[in-house]
Amino acid sequence: MSNWIEVGQVNDIPKLGARVVKSLRGDIAVFRTADDEIFAIVDECPHSGGPLSQGIVHGKAVACPLHNWNIDLETGDVLDPDHGCTRVIEVAITDGLIRIFVEAEATGTHG
Amino acid sequence: MQKLIVIGNGMAGMRAVEEILKRDANQFKITVFGAEPYGNYNRIMLSPVLSGEKTFEEIMINTPEWYAENDITLHVNAEVTEIDRENKIVKSANGIEESYDKLLIATGSEPFIIPVPGKDLDGVISFRDMNDIAAMEDAISKYENAVVIGGGLLGLEAAYGLQRRGMKATVIHLMDTLMERQLDPSAGALLKNELEGRGISVLTEANTKEIVGKDGRVTELHLADGRVIPADIVVMAVGIRPNVALAQASGLEVERGIVVNDQLLTSDEHIYSVGECVQHQGNVYGLVAPLYEMGKVLADHITGSDNAYQGSVTSTKLKVSGVDVFSAGDFSGGDDCEDVVLRDAARGIYKRVVLKDNKIQGAVLYGDTADGAWYFQMLKDEQDISDIRDLLIFGQAFASGGGASQDPIEAVAALPMDAEICGCNGVCKGDIVNAVNDKGLTTLDEVKAHTKASASCGTCAGLVENVLKATLGDAYSEVTVKPMCGCTEHTHDEVRAAIVEQELKTIPDVYQALEWKTPNGCSSCRPAMNYYLLCAWPGEYQDDTQSRFINERAHANIQKDGTYSVVPRMWGGLTNPKELRAIADAAEKFNVKTVKVTGGQRIDLFGIKKEDLPEIWADLNAAGMVSGHAYGKSLRTVKTCVGKEWCRFGTQMSMDLGVKLEKMAWGSYMPHKFKMAVSGCPRNCAEATIKDFGVICVDSGYQLSVAGNGGIHVRANDDLCLVKTEEEVLEYAGAYIQLYREEARYLERTAPWIERVGLEYVKSIVVDDEARRKELYARFTHSQSFWQDDPWAKAVNEEEAGAEFKPLAVMTAQAAE
Repeated sequence: MSNWIEVGQVNDIPKLGARVVKSLRGDIAVFRTADDEIFAIVDECPHSGGPLSQGIVHGKAVACPLHNWNIDLETGDVLDPDHGCTRVIEVAITDGLIRIFVEAEATGTHG
Repeated sequence: MQKLIVIGNGMAGMRAVEEILKRDANQFKITVFGAEPYGNYNRIMLSPVLSGEKTFEEIMINTPEWYAENDITLHVNAEVTEIDRENKIVKSANGIEESYDKLLIATGSEPFIIPVPGKDLDGVISFRDMNDIAAMEDAISKYENAVVIGGGLLGLEAAYGLQRRGMKATVIHLMDTLMERQLDPSAGALLKNELEGRGISVLTEANTKEIVGKDGRVTELHLADGRVIPADIVVMAVGIRPNVALAQASGLEVERGIVVNDQLLTSDEHIYSVGECVQHQGNVYGLVAPLYEMGKVLADHITGSDNAYQGSVTSTKLKVSGVDVFSAGDFSGGDDCEDVVLRDAARGIYKRVVLKDNKIQGAVLYGDTADGAWYFQMLKDEQDISDIRDLLIFGQAFASGGGASQDPIEAVAALPMDAEICGCNGVCKGDIVNAVNDKGLTTLDEVKAHTKASASCGTCAGLVENVLKATLGDAYSEVTVKPMCGCTEHTHDEVRAAIVEQELKTIPDVYQALEWKTPNGCSSCRPAMNYYLLCAWPGEYQDDTQSRFINERAHANIQKDGTYSVVPRMWGGLTNPKELRAIADAAEKFNVKTVKVTGGQRIDLFGIKKEDLPEIWADLNAAGMVSGHAYGKSLRTVKTCVGKEWCRFGTQMSMDLGVKLEKMAWGSYMPHKFKMAVSGCPRNCAEATIKDFGVICVDSGYQLSVAGNGGIHVRANDDLCLVKTEEEVLEYAGAYIQLYREEARYLERTAPWIERVGLEYVKSIVVDDEARRKELYARFTHSQSFWQDDPWAKAVNEEEAGAEFKPLAVMTAQAAE
């Protein structure tokens, strides 16, 4: 059994944009920076739950669309002057294919 | 690590915890028990929440994340019912047991309920926590008459909030003058006049005899003198008393409050107490500043250094918008005291300073409270004022020797570092100066974000800004014109000019030419640049969707729960059965949660999932409707009244004209949202005089006016001119819009724009200079030839644009196998 799940190609996500991966545990936001780096975090702003996937991506950060808190995509930490953090999900890229690491119970197994 | 338990998740307890963490974050494993279900919030700001001037979120001090980050265990809904001092264990009503090495009791106070018949009826509440606010909100939506018992600080704030939200409010006060503990009779009388002028009834010397109800709910309040006051809700705000039941039951020494010594220790050497629940040297406190001072002393002592609490001198302000009241110290006077009074009833100003041995004992300010902090500081410092006594009452500017023209920045510079600047958040001058110096802050917003100064009620914003100016000195003048954002030194105007002059045509061109400091800007500069480029190069510039806010990128309004709302365009506010049917069908098909008519006469459909957006648009498009751009920095709506076509007073065809204006201007992107209206006569049923561009039809033609809005600061339009024909209305409107599009800064609405550049400037171009008006109108028409396409149709028809709305992947339970 593998916990690395294929979710799509790098080119499926616009540069400086994001797409959503729906999981049983809630949405995951997968981001692409200007340099084609890919990051994945739980799609929920620690402030009031805004969908981060819908925010504006800049550098390695995203601005929440609801109240403009900025979240570091590498660490999940909220950038100054606000505080908080959201969970980062591991990502691996092979030949343009994006895979994300999902904890076993996150997706459920059949034994 | 020692275990510290805090009972009480309020302002006193959590401020003490913050102070402890500041000194040593690793000395204690901290556990907090709170009876309420929240993180901790700024209780003194409940009044602005009630009046609708703030949201609950805005008054949160520490969110659950803060507790997590500082490794503090927070038990909410967990009222502590027992302290086992022998075994050092606390137990809560919901069955949690924890042991401690040190215990801090911060149970605060509870509202005093006067024991009259009827006090237990539904609708009789106190004003103390979020539950009370919820009860009041409920009453606001259902009933008309509110009665507040108690004309003190809290009672008046409650009455103001309820009245502002639409209830008829009556204040019942036992004494003959309002706020008698803070104000003398003269100031109290001025306050009473002011409140009555605002429609609040004030009954003084009024003794409540009984509260009467029907079916278990309050309906009337009876006074001892026989008067009967209709009441759908009764708020008791007569005072508070220390919440000592738990301490008492635990065998601690309790008098009026929990007795503590100068180190805030109770009669048990392992148990501290702070806040409104304590009694120190015979005094109990009901204001915020003493709690903060106690927190500091406690933190020093518990972390092993010396400090002693000496009691507090307090000051208060009334949080009622537009009523400035300040009071500090003891103003009751006496034989050996002297009064210095300034009274100017016509201007509504009253100041009184009470002196004893050339030192300030107390001060009461009404109508002009700017010098409150200054008097209060001298009071606390016990400063000898003999050398400024002749000018004392005129305030700091005069008394400091500079006369009225004395620079307010010099006045701030002269304040000591421990002078309190922000009373709500307990921020002193030194905190701001240090933050500015250490973190390189240059703007008020930055200071607010880092120090919390002026982040609550905001009355001290001017003072905070002056501290900033005084600290930065010459450096401040260099930053008076704010750069666009942290990514550049350039201002909005400079970036805009460079785009046109250097013919920059893409966002990367701008980065390159203006030496941007970040690789791809931020959420503040990118949308602005994208707009400036599309305005400057219509037809040429390739819109960058990733530099637009989600509302414009998804062509719908994102709502607080992450769903969207959709507003189809209804030209001039007109519709027909076919469109209504299509809207009704779409609402049913996509499980729309709320259907609402907007303030601009359109229909808003709420609760739509992002992935359903292309489909609902397709359905609405099929019925001939296009996007209403209710989400965009663009033309929103043109509101109309029925005008001459139906109305017996209408002078022109206002509906037709509204449709023409909307057909001309729809789809145009602007620096900010833009609304228009056409009223058929000066009765102005379309409310054209609070719009960005308004038309009032009159017998002789069309009265044009500009730059109004009904936002946070309501602004009525300024008259532009009178024109004779509909063609002229369109030309003037187009030219005005284009001038605004080309010259206003991004996110600057027409109201602040006009106030910045001046109405005369706009008139000189749009009205007086025919050639320039026609040029502007031509440029607007040219731009519209590219931008009048429906973004919904585009997203429905183009595969690539549609991808935005679909999930990248959907993981099922099987995916992991």
